[in-house]
Amino acid sequence: MTVKQIADILKASIICGEDRADHDMKIAFASDLMSDVLTLKEDNVLLITGLANMQTLRTAEMSDIQCIIFARNKKISPEMKELALENDIIVLECSYTVFKTCGLLYQAGISPIY
Amino acid sequence: MQFQYQIEGGNFSRAGFASSEIKKLMKQLNVDLSIVKRTVVATYEAEVNIVAHAYGGTIYVELDEEKIIIKLVDEGPGIPDIEQAMKEGYSTASSTVREMGFGAGMGLPNMKKNADDLKISSEVEKGTTVQITMYFKTEK
Repeated sequence: MTVKQIADILKASIICGEDRADHDMKIAFASDLMSDVLTLKEDNVLLITGLANMQTLRTAEMSDIQCIIFARNKKISPEMKELALENDIIVLECSYTVFKTCGLLYQAGISPIY
Repeated sequence: MQFQYQIEGGNFSRAGFASSEIKKLMKQLNVDLSIVKRTVVATYEAEVNIVAHAYGGTIYVELDEEKIIIKLVDEGPGIPDIEQAMKEGYSTASSTVREMGFGAGMGLPNMKKNADDLKISSEVEKGTTVQITMYFKTEK
């Protein structure tokens, strides 16, 4: 599923990486605990989180995560946006809860890691 | 090649900067991407630990064709019981650290899982040294 399709399903805004809206995503992981995210071995994971700070972006950078959805109406700061752009990380902001975000994406065919 | 980076305790907006620089360097040198990922995940966990627990520290990076050695030396409270600290779920992190998405007692075990070799030494009220070694040609 492309980032554009994901954004449409979630009525989300693409904050960074709109030029990569055709990027294909198959698997997702939802967590506010970055320590858990750092244990993932898979690449190209879609991260769904309600934790909006610099460490979310840094964790994505280290884990080769290319797309993050900030749920629960969390907004990213200009500093975070800069870091996302520097690392080619696609960022979406979505007003739904993490639960609803996951439910809709699961229904649409995005798979869990385990 | 040798590099070093200064780490400021408590400065979470900058935590990860050194690990990011190491990642860029390894990618420039065309190191296998799975090794790059394991290296920077382990280094980032250690860098976050310095920011979370110590007053400050230095990261020394030494690199040749076969391996990279990353030594993180901090000035801080030290770890009284390393064996206990290596156990998953054990943490002394503050609420600030937890709000940043860490402090679940997973950092040290995750460093061990990712590093080819991990050495930790510590002296209470002096500081902790973590040494991560990664080999470029072996698969873990």
